[in-house]
Amino acid sequence: MGLGSRGAAAAGLGAASAAVRPGPPDAVRHPVPTPPPKGAARASSRPHGMVVKAFFPTCCASADSGLLVGRWVPEQSSAVVLAVVHFPFIPIQVKELLAQVHQAGRVGLAVLGTWCHRRQEAEERLGPFLEGLGAIFSHEPWLQLCRERTSGLWSCKATRQQGPTRPGVKDQVMLVFYDQRQVLLSQLHPPAALPDRQAGDATASAEGLAAVFDTVARSEALFRSDCFDEGPVRLSHWQSEGVEASILAELAKRASGPVCLLLACLLSLISAARTCRVFKLRPLSFIWSKLSVCGQLGHRLEQLALVFSTQKAESPAQLMRKANVLVSVLLDVALGLALLSWLHGKDRIGQLAEALVPVADHVAEALQHLLQWLMGAPAGLKMNRALDQVLGRFFLYHLHLWISYVHLLSPFIEHILWHVGLSACLGLTVALSTLSDIIALLTFHIYCFYVYGARLYCLKICGLSSLWRLFRGKKWNVLRQRVDSCSYDLDQLFIGTLLFTVLLFLLPTTALYYLVFTLLRLLVVAVQGLIHLLVDLVNSLPLYSLGLRLCRPYRLAAGVKFRVLEHEAGRPLRLLMQINPLPYGRVVHAYRLPSCGCHPTHSWGSLCRKLFFGELIYPWRQRGDKQD
Amino acid sequence: MEDEQSFSDICGGRLALQRRYYSPSCREFCLSCPRLSLRSLTAVTCTVWLAAYGLFTLCENSMILSAAIFITLLGLLGYLHFVKIDQETLLIIDSLGIQMTSSYASGKESTTFIEMGKVKDVVINEAIYMDPVEPHGISQVVPVFQSTKPRLDCLIEVYRSCQEILAHQKAASASP
Repeated sequence: MGLGSRGAAAAGLGAASAAVRPGPPDAVRHPVPTPPPKGAARASSRPHGMVVKAFFPTCCASADSGLLVGRWVPEQSSAVVLAVVHFPFIPIQVKELLAQVHQAGRVGLAVLGTWCHRRQEAEERLGPFLEGLGAIFSHEPWLQLCRERTSGLWSCKATRQQGPTRPGVKDQVMLVFYDQRQVLLSQLHPPAALPDRQAGDATASAEGLAAVFDTVARSEALFRSDCFDEGPVRLSHWQSEGVEASILAELAKRASGPVCLLLACLLSLISAARTCRVFKLRPLSFIWSKLSVCGQLGHRLEQLALVFSTQKAESPAQLMRKANVLVSVLLDVALGLALLSWLHGKDRIGQLAEALVPVADHVAEALQHLLQWLMGAPAGLKMNRALDQVLGRFFLYHLHLWISYVHLLSPFIEHILWHVGLSACLGLTVALSTLSDIIALLTFHIYCFYVYGARLYCLKICGLSSLWRLFRGKKWNVLRQRVDSCSYDLDQLFIGTLLFTVLLFLLPTTALYYLVFTLLRLLVVAVQGLIHLLVDLVNSLPLYSLGLRLCRPYRLAAGVKFRVLEHEAGRPLRLLMQINPLPYGRVVHAYRLPSCGCHPTHSWGSLCRKLFFGELIYPWRQRGDKQD
Repeated sequence: MEDEQSFSDICGGRLALQRRYYSPSCREFCLSCPRLSLRSLTAVTCTVWLAAYGLFTLCENSMILSAAIFITLLGLLGYLHFVKIDQETLLIIDSLGIQMTSSYASGKESTTFIEMGKVKDVVINEAIYMDPVEPHGISQVVPVFQSTKPRLDCLIEVYRSCQEILAHQKAASASP
């Protein structure tokens, strides 16, 4: 029956799908039989007309009297006021200006009504004058907003000329104040991505509150003139005190052109050198594909090519992506340089090199002890003596070879480390990838042991399964890919059963070696995995977006929120619309950068299955690698 | 117009419902929970510190005591900022939409606004059983007053007022 065991209930709010339904919903649910609401009778006795919502910029609340200019959205019955045109003006010039803005932003603006900011005495002079303006600029409905200078009280009227006349009915006006600068600069992130939304729509949208944001964003041409301009029309809007600009931003814009061109050429040279024929030869390309440093460097090159490409970003999302990549690369390089200065100070590289060979020796000694333990009676288990000795001696010899090679390299290690440490200046991620590769190289013997153990175990399991089938009198039909019964000769059965018994009793020994070396290999893989996770984090975190969310939260908007301002009886309802910023989790989710792509490709189930059957595990599959 | 009434939540605690009627098309309902009580705070702090002192006598490491103080402070700050909700507000504005605000004890406010065009209805549900097939094209059921959890009588008051306003809105949008 669901979660209904509690006595009380929770009120639920049903919301429709993302498509807007302008008409009334077709089904109203009343699951709890309530007595008919008494308030409904009270409300329906008074006739009421449409509610007109007037979105008014807060910067114009103190402007002088004039005309209201903006966009009327009939579907929402809302008027978005963008600016106030002051007296004196010539109507033809106002209409020309509106036509210019219409051409530039493809948004239809019109004169919506009049704005009157007055003192008590001057009321009689302006009243008829303002009403006369309604005849010149006809608009349906004609707004008349009024504010008293001394008391700050508002009054609004919306009149219609045509339409069915309903006696005693007038349109109510609801004032919604908005901060024009914030709405212009912000970018709405709808909760569900609308499928038919494309960048650069032909006409301005009319869906809900996105219409307000869209209108303000497209009317940028209207806000370019300020009070110091000698234009024919005097406007009041958020930039009328002076157009906002910054010298640094302008200089950066001018300089970015040639700098981008230069860097793009450089990067294309490097990529051309990378794809040159020499690197496609078999041994070199194999090593290249196995080292994670090369993957990381390639990834960074791609990202830098994106940032410094000479094409302009088409959509705000692309611009954010470029900015995120640039900040990420800069931070990476800064951290890398800090690491480099730490490494090269106080001869730490020398100390590291001196400590490396003893550590390798120590690890080898530990492995030797482990093998001696396995060759004895490990954990009280009884192993097959002969096989045990063979395997143990084989691995011990391998270990001995490895130690000799490490000792051979020991005089050169400091130089190698010094030069490899220089790669940290390319970024912290490159240094971490190098560390991961060094760990892989130093534990190469563990990898070899794992491969030997796994292959032996796999062979044993295969042999056992096929001989088990023989034991039961069946065989595997390769053509039909299924198990069929088969009649064997007596000598076949005899030898098969003998081999089966031998393999079965040798299984614990091989299985134990396989188990031990698999665990060691998984340990190394886990350490490498942690390093890769850190590299992925630095690669994919959108730092610019997070910084923007921290310092300028209105730029990334999840929606809006309303606050009711002080209300007096008989005055229109006034609301303040503020931007509701996007939560941090959604910022990261929306703007995260694509990472290197070296994620483990199996699930836990398939991993366990592979481990059980002795198949080799390759945890790091680079993008575009062929399957083994 | 403002009035205040006292209700109780499903656990028996006291709730205060404040109703503000700004206009026939705009109403606000504000449910306030009881504040953080000194008694429970003292009880939790004493328990944590006694446990830490017990561990300290076992291990003789003074880091445990500083860690306990740290944990208590961080836990209290985290609780006030992320968990303890002081009041929940439902603002319903005819022809604009419905806004739900939760104010936390540290002063943080988290707001959700749903436009009127996307709202199908306001209902009281005993249990919500989510079918894989969406009935009537409803894609999301948003629960209101999740943390304050008022009882049915309080919900009926809110429900009635909301239905009045939704009825206005339907009548207004139905007429040409």
